Amino acid sequence: MIKVTNQITPETAVKKNNAQTPFSVAKGTPQNNPFSIEKGTPQQPTFEKKELGEFNSFEAQRVLNVCNICGYCNGFCDVFDAAQRRPALTTADLAHLAYLCHGCRNCLYACQYAPPHQFNINVPRTLTQMRQYSDALHVWPSALAGALRDSAHTALLLTGGAIALLLGLIWLLAPNTNASGFYRVVSLPVMIVLAVIPLSWSLLALTRSWRSYWHLTRPPTAVVTWRSLRLALQDVVLLRNLRGGGPGCNDVDERFSHLRRRLHQGLVIGVGLCFVATLTALFYHHALGWIAPYPIVSIPVLFGTSGGIGIVLTTSGLLWLKWHGDLTPTTRSAQNADVTILLVLMTVAVSGLALLIGRETAAMAILLALHLGGVSALFALLPYSKLVHVGYRMMALVIEQIERQSAHH
Amino acid sequence: MNSAPLVIIGGGAAALCAAIAARQRGASVLLLEQAPRWQRGGNTRHSRNFRITHDITPLSLGIYSAAEFRADLDRATGTASNPALRQLLVDESATLTEWLAGAGVQLQPVTAGRVPPSRRTAFLRGGGTAMINALYARAAELGVMIRYDSAVTGLQFEDGRVIRVEVGRGAGAWSVTPAGVIVASGGAQANRNWWRERWGAAAAGVVNRGIPHADGAVLNLLLQQGAQAVGDPTQAYLVAVDARSPADDGGIVTRIRCMPRGLVVDAHGQRRYDEGGDTASTRYARWGQRLLQFPGQVGYLLLDARGLREAPPALVPPLRAPDLAVLAQQLKIPVPALRETVMAYNAAVQPPADAAQALNWHTVGLEPPKSRYALPLRERPFAAYPMRPGITFTYHGVGVDMHLRVLRSDGSSFENVWAAGMVMAPNIFSSGYVSGLALTISCVSGRLAGEQNPHL
Repeated sequence: MIKVTNQITPETAVKKNNAQTPFSVAKGTPQNNPFSIEKGTPQQPTFEKKELGEFNSFEAQRVLNVCNICGYCNGFCDVFDAAQRRPALTTADLAHLAYLCHGCRNCLYACQYAPPHQFNINVPRTLTQMRQYSDALHVWPSALAGALRDSAHTALLLTGGAIALLLGLIWLLAPNTNASGFYRVVSLPVMIVLAVIPLSWSLLALTRSWRSYWHLTRPPTAVVTWRSLRLALQDVVLLRNLRGGGPGCNDVDERFSHLRRRLHQGLVIGVGLCFVATLTALFYHHALGWIAPYPIVSIPVLFGTSGGIGIVLTTSGLLWLKWHGDLTPTTRSAQNADVTILLVLMTVAVSGLALLIGRETAAMAILLALHLGGVSALFALLPYSKLVHVGYRMMALVIEQIERQSAHH
Repeated sequence: MNSAPLVIIGGGAAALCAAIAARQRGASVLLLEQAPRWQRGGNTRHSRNFRITHDITPLSLGIYSAAEFRADLDRATGTASNPALRQLLVDESATLTEWLAGAGVQLQPVTAGRVPPSRRTAFLRGGGTAMINALYARAAELGVMIRYDSAVTGLQFEDGRVIRVEVGRGAGAWSVTPAGVIVASGGAQANRNWWRERWGAAAAGVVNRGIPHADGAVLNLLLQQGAQAVGDPTQAYLVAVDARSPADDGGIVTRIRCMPRGLVVDAHGQRRYDEGGDTASTRYARWGQRLLQFPGQVGYLLLDARGLREAPPALVPPLRAPDLAVLAQQLKIPVPALRETVMAYNAAVQPPADAAQALNWHTVGLEPPKSRYALPLRERPFAAYPMRPGITFTYHGVGVDMHLRVLRSDGSSFENVWAAGMVMAPNIFSSGYVSGLALTISCVSGRLAGEQNPHL
């Protein structure tokens, strides 16, 4: 809500307004001003109360309406043109804009109405809140909305639980002396079950969540073309919306930098390398009958190692940015969710690297439990953590590209 | 610091360009910004574009020659009190984008297809506040000493030289001996006393669109010391804003823009001007001046449901009512008067041959007429935006010579005082406006003033 400032210094005080009109100037006589901005907001929110939850989408509507009048920020990213195409700013519009926003923060520092200005325009934070609200709205099953909202505890519980489960299994089951390497400690079927069950569940949940979001936000006449998909993919790879139109984001403060963008790209590459390493290992095992552990100079080990190192470095960098960053453009809970998933990714990577180093030692069993437990928890966390953003953002980018193309025709 | 600093009074575009230009030439520079840090930057915070003479450039469409810029100024703002300075501004604007880009300011290419296409102006990416951030960052990087919350309260002169700059009030007061002073403190548009002296009771009905710090205090100090006054002290640039805007700092989003879509009535329910007469962006200022003459300085833009659909988004939703009587009651306008005004208007509406051309609808036999977009006001609900004049800048300043040295009323100049930005803009124009002019004057004069430093 906009607060009308009542501070009047003697030399600038406005004389009591001549009472011909109810529209006095706000500063001079707020009490006589039935149409101050504070009170001028319409009584009927366009959304049902129930739907709002903790998040006030009426506030998001107010903020982006100011952006639609001003329009100065349209050179930073796609959000502002997209908002202009959606003057009604419905829940669906806001859900789309929220994910089109990559949180580069340029528009906060450039805003003449940013807090402490009484208009209190903070687009990055408002859209962060909208993302959190939208995530909870689309989570599947909806009973797990709380798990997503409190992803720090969820992650701790799942990761701890999975590691404890593995340690328990290792302790309970006698080593299989017929098997070699890792399978001595945990048999392959157990490993597969620990990966496949959480992964299948997560894929199902993600499909449901993402589908529900797509049905809400896609334009009614949208036709997904190959071209729009290609351009959206390009936006994902380049993180075009994290460039502030060129000079970069406000990673920690007013200064511009491309660090967060580069770290995010590096993290994606790191995770990708680990994924390829795992797929290759599966192929070796099932198609070629080569049994792990593989030699140092092999695709699984080389890719896994470089990916793991990449994840450790980039998650450390991102955590450093979170630690030093200004909280104004985000929320504490969103920050916690980001930190949580970075720590989980880091745990998986560090334990994987430790496993590589210690695979011939007595510590192997414990390291294996840590790593497999971490991976298993990571899979389970996909729909109930920050990682869920992957699909939402891609859809927002596809919709943006579709709209841009139709705007050109 | 060993040598006395060049003191720059102000914290907007003019002050920063002066600080950067002077520092680049080796001066030690102290910049005194009256505002707190979060509100630094003067009214540049609220600006978006600036007018430049240009050849083919990625930043603007087509070509805009110096002669055309000059002609636009002559047409829209009359003759300048200092025509040579006006010419200097026009000529120097040609190198402005390059200079600003060199100072770290981000400009928005038109090829991005996002800014409103403009031939005469270049756009700042992220607007004026982004520009201000970039200039402060560059100034700090160069070693300009920056002090916020530092209002100048006194200037001591001796033999035509400033020998002391007094800063702050009460226990926080301090002073500095300057090598020279560049005054870039803007106009007096936030000073309610200034309004009252000129406009009397009408001053109470005016809103300040910009920052609350532009009180003209340093301008007054110079005038008291015998500086030559230029411009028109009785006038200000006013635009129509929502009457429910905050008293200060509402900026661009408080404007009311869709007068051609409706009727504008005063507190008595009477129309006074042709709402369809001016549909270009010049209408904002025209209505601002008119509203100052309205009773209580308030006017109401009436729209019906159709007009409302066509209206652009507004900061505060309009007042709505199912019929005119209820609307009139909400606005405290006599019900019969409003009803009669609307009925007379509806009766006078004349559809054109092609009724689909809203532009060509006009009234016949109505005084004042509505010459364009005169569609009947019939579709419910009805709505109204209350409007007031919003002050943007004043036309009152100090005279300067071609080196931006401040002149005294006898025609001589102060030895070590220069002026830049809106405090000297009345040398270049003192009525009317063209878009992007204020920022161009500020940047060009700031840069030039910073480059004139024989005081080093």
